[in-house]
Amino acid sequence: MTDIATLERDVLAAIDSAADEAAVEDVRIGALGKSGSISALLKTLGGMTPDERKEKGPQINGLRDRVQGAIAARKEALGEAALEARLASERVDVSLPVQDGPEARGRIHPISQVIDEITAIFGDMGFAIAEGPDVETDDLNFTKLNFPVGHPAREMHDTFFFAPDENGERKLLRTHTSPVQVRTMLAQQPPIRVICPGRTYRNDSDQTHTPMFHQVEGLVIDKSANLGHLKWILEEFCKSFFEIDDVKMRFRPSFFPFTEPSMEVDIQCSRKGGEIRFGEGDDWLEILGCGMVHPNVLRNCGLDPEVYQGFAWGMGIDRIAMLKYGMPDLRPFFEADVRWLAHYGFRPLDLPTLTGGLSS
Amino acid sequence: MKFTISWLKEHLDTDASVAEIAETLTRVGLEVEAIEDRAAALSAFTIAYVIEAKQHPNADRLRVCMVDTGAGEPVQVVCGAPNARTGMKGVFSPPGSYIPGKKVTLGKGVIRGVESNGMLVSEAELELSDDHDGIIELPADAPVGQPYAPYAGLDDAVIEIAVTPNRADALGVAGIARDLAAAGLGKLKSSAVQPIPGSFPCPVKVKLDFTEGDKKLCPAFALRLVRGVKNGPSPDWLQARLRAVGLRPINALVDITNFMTLDRNRPLHVFDAAKVKGNVTVRRARAGETILALDGKTYTLTDEQVVIADEHGVESLAGIMGGEASGSSETTTDVLIESALWDPLNVARSGRALGINSDARYRFERGVDPDFARPGLDLATALVIELCGGEASEMEFVGELPASPAAIDFPWSEVKRLTGLELPQAEMQAALVSLGFEVSGDGDRVTVAPPSWRADVGGKADLVEEIVRIASLDRVASTPLPRIKGEVVKPVLTVLQKRTRIAKRTLAARGLVEAVTWSFISHDQAKLFGGGSPKLALANPIAADLSDMRPSLLPGLIRAAQSNADRGFPDVALFEVGQVFKSDEPEGQLIAATGLRRGTARLDGTGRHWDGGAKNVDLFDAKADVLGLLSGLGIPTGGLQIVAGGPAWAHPGRSATLQFGPKGVIGAFGEVHPKILKALDVKGPLVAFEIHLDALPLPKAKPTKVKPKLALSDFQPVTRDFAFIVDKAVAAGDMVKTAQGTDRALIANVGVFDLYEGAGVEAGKKSVALAVTLQPTEKTLTEAEIEAVGSKIVAEIGKRYGATLRG
Repeated sequence: MTDIATLERDVLAAIDSAADEAAVEDVRIGALGKSGSISALLKTLGGMTPDERKEKGPQINGLRDRVQGAIAARKEALGEAALEARLASERVDVSLPVQDGPEARGRIHPISQVIDEITAIFGDMGFAIAEGPDVETDDLNFTKLNFPVGHPAREMHDTFFFAPDENGERKLLRTHTSPVQVRTMLAQQPPIRVICPGRTYRNDSDQTHTPMFHQVEGLVIDKSANLGHLKWILEEFCKSFFEIDDVKMRFRPSFFPFTEPSMEVDIQCSRKGGEIRFGEGDDWLEILGCGMVHPNVLRNCGLDPEVYQGFAWGMGIDRIAMLKYGMPDLRPFFEADVRWLAHYGFRPLDLPTLTGGLSS
Repeated sequence: MKFTISWLKEHLDTDASVAEIAETLTRVGLEVEAIEDRAAALSAFTIAYVIEAKQHPNADRLRVCMVDTGAGEPVQVVCGAPNARTGMKGVFSPPGSYIPGKKVTLGKGVIRGVESNGMLVSEAELELSDDHDGIIELPADAPVGQPYAPYAGLDDAVIEIAVTPNRADALGVAGIARDLAAAGLGKLKSSAVQPIPGSFPCPVKVKLDFTEGDKKLCPAFALRLVRGVKNGPSPDWLQARLRAVGLRPINALVDITNFMTLDRNRPLHVFDAAKVKGNVTVRRARAGETILALDGKTYTLTDEQVVIADEHGVESLAGIMGGEASGSSETTTDVLIESALWDPLNVARSGRALGINSDARYRFERGVDPDFARPGLDLATALVIELCGGEASEMEFVGELPASPAAIDFPWSEVKRLTGLELPQAEMQAALVSLGFEVSGDGDRVTVAPPSWRADVGGKADLVEEIVRIASLDRVASTPLPRIKGEVVKPVLTVLQKRTRIAKRTLAARGLVEAVTWSFISHDQAKLFGGGSPKLALANPIAADLSDMRPSLLPGLIRAAQSNADRGFPDVALFEVGQVFKSDEPEGQLIAATGLRRGTARLDGTGRHWDGGAKNVDLFDAKADVLGLLSGLGIPTGGLQIVAGGPAWAHPGRSATLQFGPKGVIGAFGEVHPKILKALDVKGPLVAFEIHLDALPLPKAKPTKVKPKLALSDFQPVTRDFAFIVDKAVAAGDMVKTAQGTDRALIANVGVFDLYEGAGVEAGKKSVALAVTLQPTEKTLTEAEIEAVGSKIVAEIGKRYGATLRG
């Protein structure tokens, strides 16, 4: 009896004091190996009488089980300590900076973003996007739009011209997106609902004018579209685009050769500290021109003004971008300064939707 | 167009405030641009009496004045004006008032040791005139303590309106009053003109010397002599009126013509009859004729311009400006007054050609009231006689007044049809009548005759505009526009529109920054990139370097990259998706998606970093961008060929063309050619790509949205590596394709995992290591089967490219 208890005490002490997994293994071999001390004891069971075996068997087997358990526990503890030591040695400086990824550096130009915003709003109202060439004919840019030849309104456009061709016809850079109206009416039958965003050009340059800029034109033609509908569309557009709950607009009679009646539209705003805010204040800001499509324009496009009617409007994309996002000056839009683009541009996945909001 | 409230009230009987008048003007379409209310700006300045002015003890040129301001104790003011003296009345400015002419707010001060509690001001300091020689002196009966502005008649607000080109009738104060009266703001005062019979025949005869086709250049011409006038300064009321709207009074005769222009939109001209020789002829100018005009400049004419000539030659530019030689002066005693009609187009063209902007041109090119040519002459004659005396001749009138605008058949329902606004018929009729239209007939459909001054009104829509602008557009109610079909909207974007949007987002997601650059570039740059055709060169560019429509987005982007580098940002990645121009036809305008990377602006990072060196961009960055773009656009690239060598802008050995067959070129990528860098004056390293979105294959129409069935293998793929030694010129891409082709069913992927030249590899050769992945689908491959595929690859590549396995 005494030898079993002594043996157990000695072996467990050896396990406890083993400094590493190799030492534990040595103890195991010494105790449980082929010629180990406990293995030797186990071998003695075979030569015992059944009664002796009944008494000694559980003692020796118990000793083996306890030693095995102690070895496993010691091994696990040592493994744990070794892992901790390794991990401690593998510490790195997590404060080291990483490179900005492409998603952080890439930008969408405000003009593209605003066109996507406009498209989201009008797309929901069932408007398609119509496009036309920048290099236009005099006929589509002016004549079909009811600009009489030589009329002062033509001169007000500061048109860029190309050299006349062999027939004396000279093409021009479109001065507005309105020729796309004409192209649309010539190409398709009413009902028509389109918006026409695009580049436009005028020979003019100062703080608020660049020789190239962007406009969006809207056109609705059917048998009943009237000024009331136009008002509603523009009010809904402004609320949605500027992301405000309410907007007050003022429609002033004005003049454009291609609409009759014609109007300019002001939007109520406040100007505090140079920031323009809509839906408050008592200032007015001109934002767009619009009107009922002139009967002559309908006729020029092959539509009978006694049957068809409709309205059109046009506004500056760059201008409404500036109003919404606060760029103070137009010229940097076209200077590709990466500092400006990083600041005023939009992240690659800032996708404007009506469901998720136009801007984040 | 500027006018004062008191001027307006000569034509309009109204009690409306300035604010109401302004609000109404804008509401009827005469947009108010500015209201200058000098009474408000000058409200701090009052009339004061100088009780005593004595010499300043410490300054020879200053005086110390005790001033009675009418408000309690006298105030001590130090004054430097030479005319400050005891007993005078002047204008006092208290401390705290803003002096407009000096742009300062006055404070209390001590001047050379003497306290000064305000200021006596000059006209210049109040911006009333340029006179700053002395302080304002007022008559002895001026009421001390009263505000100065109303006393001086300055409490007359000046309103400036923007008049649209169709509203020539609003270029006279009388016409503006008519609109306001129609809008309910007051009663229009009668402005009927009494004809002047004349007591002798006009001694100067007029000949309209035009061919039949040219008659429209001067449809009618009226002339009258007034003899025995005494010209001189015009009376105060007239001078004040002209000054208030920014005109300088000249002499009574000239001031009368300016007044008629502004008051009635009736430009006139006056000749000094003593300087006109013989009769006058109205005709086209003869090429080379010259005239010294009233602006002091000499103009050389062509036969495109119309003139009034006498026996001396050209005396006046028709409808634009008179001549110096026959102009009126203080010594004029006999004056010829001209009131004519001119062709708006010709006046516009001539004015533009000569570079003359005059009030007369401005009005004639918009169109004056033809029926007022004669009354206008009578009214001017009456004014001349009233202000200068004299005796009028009969009116010499030649030509014919054009017919009034045609009457319009007008159903009242047109207003509701176009505007949605339902108005009582009586209200609509009243609006038209008050604007001078004649409405005849009754019932639902009437005939409306526009007045002679509304040549712009030609159809039903114009009448609708007249009615709703007077009724107010505010009354048109917002009405929701119903959906065309009451259903969820259908997609509206075309393939190209979608691709344009996705291209932008894809490139931005690759770290490129979207630029929008000019559609026009310099001629030299256009030529470098395959453009520069005369058909795409602007005849009137805004600047020499913005003259030609761009054939490519690259020159703009390359220059933009350099500008950023010059500002201290050398590592930039830019792109633009936009129009390029191959011809001046609509189909010659294409959409390109173009990008570039400069310096170290690579996909995974820019500049120096602790984790790796600052590696410069190379053409593989551009290749990755372009393939990433195609992938983002969902373009199947199975048939895409990448052919060595690119367009002229690219380094010939470091560029490639992307194509679906030789006729299906879609774009290119590569390092920018050193010659291009030099020509554009920029520095590299610079790599770029461009894709023509129009050239991309269209997606195939599919009957359903179901994706092809996914077949996954239950067996593990195996990979085997092969390192080949080949000539440097062999394209690794070709080796990959050949390897793939040896067993299409089994080989799932071939990658290039190592490329090596140098020690251990013979000069002129390179080592290309391929990793071939086999994907069994029916059973696990045996070593022998794998070996068989490997041998086939080695044999095929060996045969095609003279490749040997690396030892």
